[in-house]
Amino acid sequence: MAVCIAVIAKEVTVPTQNKLKFHYTVHTSLDVVEEKVSTVGKSLGDQRELYLGLLYPTEDYKVYGYVTNSKVKFVIVVDSSNTSLRDNEIRSMFRKLHNSFTDVMCNPFHNPGDPIQSKAFDGIVSGMMVQTG
Amino acid sequence: MTVSQWELPPELCCRPMAFVALTGLDVVYNAVHRAIWDAFCANRRADRVPISFKVLPGDHEYPKCRTKRTSYEWYIPKGILKTGWMNKHLNLVPALVVLFYELDWDDPQWKEKQSECATKVEIVRTSLQGRNTKVAVVLIQKKTPLPPGEDLVASERAAALCNACDLSGKSLFVLPHTDHLVGYIIRLENAFYEHAQTYYYTEIRRVKSHKEFLNKTTHQLLFVRHQFKIAFFSELKQDTQNALKYYRTAYSLVHELRSHETNMLEIKTMSGFINYKICRLCFQHNTPLDAIAQFRKHIDLCKKKIGSAELSFEHAAWMSKQFQSFGDLFDEAIKLGLTAIQTQNPGFYYQQAACFSQERKQLAQQLCQAAVNYPSPDPLDTQSGGLDFYGQRPWRQGHQSIDPPDGEKEKTGILALQNKEIDVAHSELIIALLSNAVAQFKKYKCPRMKSHLMVQMGEEYYHAKDYTKALKLLDYVMCDYRTERWWGLLTAILITALRCAYLMASVKDYIIYCMELLGRASTLKEEQKGRIEKNFFKVLMNEVPDPEPDCDPSSVAVARSLWNDCIALAASNEFTIEVQDYIPFIQCKAKFCSPSFHIDQPIQLQVFLRADCPHPVPLNKLAISLSNQEYNQWCVVESLAQETMSLLPRATKCFNFRFVAKSEDVGKKIEVSIEVMLGRDNGRCVFLTWRGAGGDIASHHEALQATRSSRRWGRGFEMRPELDWDSLLIQHSTMIISRLPKLSVQLSHQPPALIHELYRISVTIESQEEGVAKDVTLTAGLKPGQDAILGQSTHVTLDGTKVCDDTTLALLPDVPLGDLNSGTKLERSVYVRCRSTGPRVFLFHVAYSIDTTVEGQQIVCKCHKVENVVTSLAQVSLLWMSLFEPLDQVAIDIPFMLMTDIFSTSPWPLVLASSCLQLLTMTSNTPQLQSQLEEVVLQTGECASECFCLRCPPLTNSNNTVATGQYLISWRRKPSNAGSPLIQTTVTLPHVILESVPLYIHADLPSFGRVRESLPVLYYIENRTALVQEVDMAVEPSDAFMFSGLKQVRLRILPGSEQRMLYNYYPLMAGYQTLPQLNISLPRCPTTNTHTLRRFLPQRIFVKVMCTDMHRHTPQSVLCECEGVKCAFLCPQPQGRQLDDISIAAA
Repeated sequence: MAVCIAVIAKEVTVPTQNKLKFHYTVHTSLDVVEEKVSTVGKSLGDQRELYLGLLYPTEDYKVYGYVTNSKVKFVIVVDSSNTSLRDNEIRSMFRKLHNSFTDVMCNPFHNPGDPIQSKAFDGIVSGMMVQTG
Repeated sequence: MTVSQWELPPELCCRPMAFVALTGLDVVYNAVHRAIWDAFCANRRADRVPISFKVLPGDHEYPKCRTKRTSYEWYIPKGILKTGWMNKHLNLVPALVVLFYELDWDDPQWKEKQSECATKVEIVRTSLQGRNTKVAVVLIQKKTPLPPGEDLVASERAAALCNACDLSGKSLFVLPHTDHLVGYIIRLENAFYEHAQTYYYTEIRRVKSHKEFLNKTTHQLLFVRHQFKIAFFSELKQDTQNALKYYRTAYSLVHELRSHETNMLEIKTMSGFINYKICRLCFQHNTPLDAIAQFRKHIDLCKKKIGSAELSFEHAAWMSKQFQSFGDLFDEAIKLGLTAIQTQNPGFYYQQAACFSQERKQLAQQLCQAAVNYPSPDPLDTQSGGLDFYGQRPWRQGHQSIDPPDGEKEKTGILALQNKEIDVAHSELIIALLSNAVAQFKKYKCPRMKSHLMVQMGEEYYHAKDYTKALKLLDYVMCDYRTERWWGLLTAILITALRCAYLMASVKDYIIYCMELLGRASTLKEEQKGRIEKNFFKVLMNEVPDPEPDCDPSSVAVARSLWNDCIALAASNEFTIEVQDYIPFIQCKAKFCSPSFHIDQPIQLQVFLRADCPHPVPLNKLAISLSNQEYNQWCVVESLAQETMSLLPRATKCFNFRFVAKSEDVGKKIEVSIEVMLGRDNGRCVFLTWRGAGGDIASHHEALQATRSSRRWGRGFEMRPELDWDSLLIQHSTMIISRLPKLSVQLSHQPPALIHELYRISVTIESQEEGVAKDVTLTAGLKPGQDAILGQSTHVTLDGTKVCDDTTLALLPDVPLGDLNSGTKLERSVYVRCRSTGPRVFLFHVAYSIDTTVEGQQIVCKCHKVENVVTSLAQVSLLWMSLFEPLDQVAIDIPFMLMTDIFSTSPWPLVLASSCLQLLTMTSNTPQLQSQLEEVVLQTGECASECFCLRCPPLTNSNNTVATGQYLISWRRKPSNAGSPLIQTTVTLPHVILESVPLYIHADLPSFGRVRESLPVLYYIENRTALVQEVDMAVEPSDAFMFSGLKQVRLRILPGSEQRMLYNYYPLMAGYQTLPQLNISLPRCPTTNTHTLRRFLPQRIFVKVMCTDMHRHTPQSVLCECEGVKCAFLCPQPQGRQLDDISIAAA
């Protein structure tokens, strides 16, 4: 399971384990996201794959990225030692996250750009997270 | 042990090259030898064979070869690789020893020299006892050798020498010392290289041969050692593919060794070495992915091999070194042309190296605190001063069993190592690695990673107590995090920065970081904010703030004294901070209530302040500075001694200011900047200034978010009476504009205006002011800014009685109209004359001044009223020229007709007063030219025509186009009063093309004829040339006429004279009849033919029917004069054929 999930909708980060290190990891991963989005955007136009795959491996974590068509970025950080998660599972995690995020955005009471306050979304996210004692 | 313990040995990192020793060269005293040596050393570029040369004396002692082991049965190895081994084979044991000897083939003392050479060879051989090192001899000769086979003496003596020295023929070389030294040297060294390769090949075979004696239980270490040696020899042989293969085997063997605490370091050291070699060769073979894969495997295998827990910092140090050296290899490969990408570049390895160095530092801090005293005797001291084997402990060298031999020794050894570790400057190492990584990430477009690493560098500087550098770095990256709005990260950085500022007692920095940590961007908890706020106010009161938590106690003590010094210092107690680029805890927004104010209105300005900190903030002064300093006095709020202004947490406070603008500021923009003073004059004062009406880095985005949410919910301001801070909009400037005029300007005119007309526009000004409008001036005319041509073709005047000329201006500026009392009217007429068509915009601008009071202040207002008029102009006249039929050319001295048509496009009826023709070259054919159009009224679309008969006199110059003249028309509008001046429109008549005719012919005939009644026609033929002209003339028969006269004749006409030809036509039919055609040709002048001449003659004539019975049939005689030939003939019948016959007969 993931150790950190972040939603970067141009400005906001949502439910991470409140650790500075993950903030930094997610923040630095945006370099790669930016580069990937900009290079892919040029060649393929609209037919862009939302899932960006493994952004970069560090000694401790693997960072995966996903960018929606409206440039909302999802980042999932997985422990490097966790070999049980395949690419396909990460992909489906992102899809689940995206669906749930879409539901949040469809909520007429949600103001885009504000921090996400949704029990359903929190539930999905914590379901994906590693449960630490 | 020193820091360099972890450095890889230089003999490992270099590129192994075959070692060849040169003896018998005296490079100091012998110039020839020196030149030879230089040729070997200089210019060793990549295209030369990889050999390292050394000059050694002939009797040099090479390392002794140990006696060959015959059996490994009882041999227990003490370690994997001896520390001196690599160096030995790189620099001490040569693959080939070359003996240089000066000897020519024809040397007189050949015998003696030959035996001397043999002795020298023998000495070398002896010192290489037991080695496989090859020996070669080079004879330095003064003479150029003959081609092989030709010099019989040479080949004979060469064989003898080889024999004497016990050399094979391949090991004897001749080096003629002539011009082509470098060429010979290159050939020599290629030969040496071959010998060296053979040597290394035999060495590899020799090491391989040991293998069969080894057994897997006791000789595991030897397996690794031998593979490593083979690989190393392969490298020396430049066989890198095989070297890589053997290194890989060695690598897998090293991990098969039984590892335990005592040999862990040795295993890791060796595996690190071998890994380095493998990666290096992979990069060299341009297979970077293999290198990366090998390195990952290496790290995964070794990550958990920590070894002794008390020395775990050593593992971190070793790991750090692994990453760093791989980063170096990677970087080197990039410099040699490899391309790296964003997600795979050396930066990651440096970063990870830094990470492990940080870990090392932490472990060192934990583990080494106890190791205060360095044990004596020094357990790290060895007899030789170094280690025998790589990666072993000095106090138990060669020990290979699981348990340490001596527990006590082990303890003191660890203590000594821990003690040494304390002295290591960890921070320096970390910072160096981080800055390496920063440089790499900068190159591969990772700005955020770069910022992150810079934060780490800043933190490391903080730990190293270099606060100035720490703050410099942190300050630099804070901007990035602020603009990207990662508040969590920004807060973390700010906390470190605040600590730095506290510890170095930098008051201004301390204040800035406090302000930002108290602000809304900070993610600190309320109680932390409360603590910071308390400290902040302590600083403002000129007291020492409480130390930041988690600071080193000794540094805190230093900081306290620094703060006390600060307080004692009286100066520098005022700070001005531009808060625009931060996110301070006091927010400010200012707005002018309107984007513009009239000068007679008071300007209203609202300033909103809001504090985000947990406790109320006392505010000392709020000062506004406006672009005109004089207004500043009206916009100051100061707290009085008794009651202080204070801002309550998260409440908006509004300050209203009103002031009256000065009349000289009309048309100017007033901008605002705000200053808030915190603290007291007796303590410290902090001035927070906002350029341009407040707001900070975050507020723009907040405002955007606020408008988004209010739009979404349809919540306007009116539904939320309390001020919503985020939706407050900043209005940072206002325009001061002049007072609204209470004056009406009305214009009346009858468009469209006509070209050249004096067009009247009447202006009525009526004052509704209460007072007297003084100094009323009118500016009227063409509005500036239109096409420049319009300005030249438009004239404006006030005088309607006479037509203005072209010197009149297009705009009448500031026509004084005097004073205007309340309620009175003033009327003026303005006349406009336009010389071209098209729409024009006219400006009527009335300015006046009036005294008025605003809030008790006397001001003089200048008011303006602007009216615009658009007119279009109608066209007046057109012109044609003709002689009933249009002419393209005018013949000289021949009368023609000019006809003019005046066509009115004006919507108004026009009265034509007169018209006249002003001729230039033409003369009138009639005595006087009288206008035929006097007092004619033209309605829209009507046309008035005039006709003149003109003649062009013979010209002196040969120009064939001439100006005709001008046509003047005087006119006015019909309904206008008679007093208005006549307008004269001048039309320049077109130029005409002149032609001169050699022969002019014209006819004199009655205006009409009658059927069956004689019609005399007299043709005049004039010769206009200076030559006698021969004219052929013939009359063509016609159905409508009978005629008498010469039917066909040839005449001669003298220059300037005229010939008359009389014909009697007898019309047979009524109506318009074509006259019989006259064919004339000039044989001498072929350009002039019938066709060109015929246009001078009338073509047709109207024939009337006879009113009475006209059956008379009277033949008429006609007298023809023709060059003195007189003949008369009858025309009895109207049959043309007979007539033809007769005329032929007559001719």
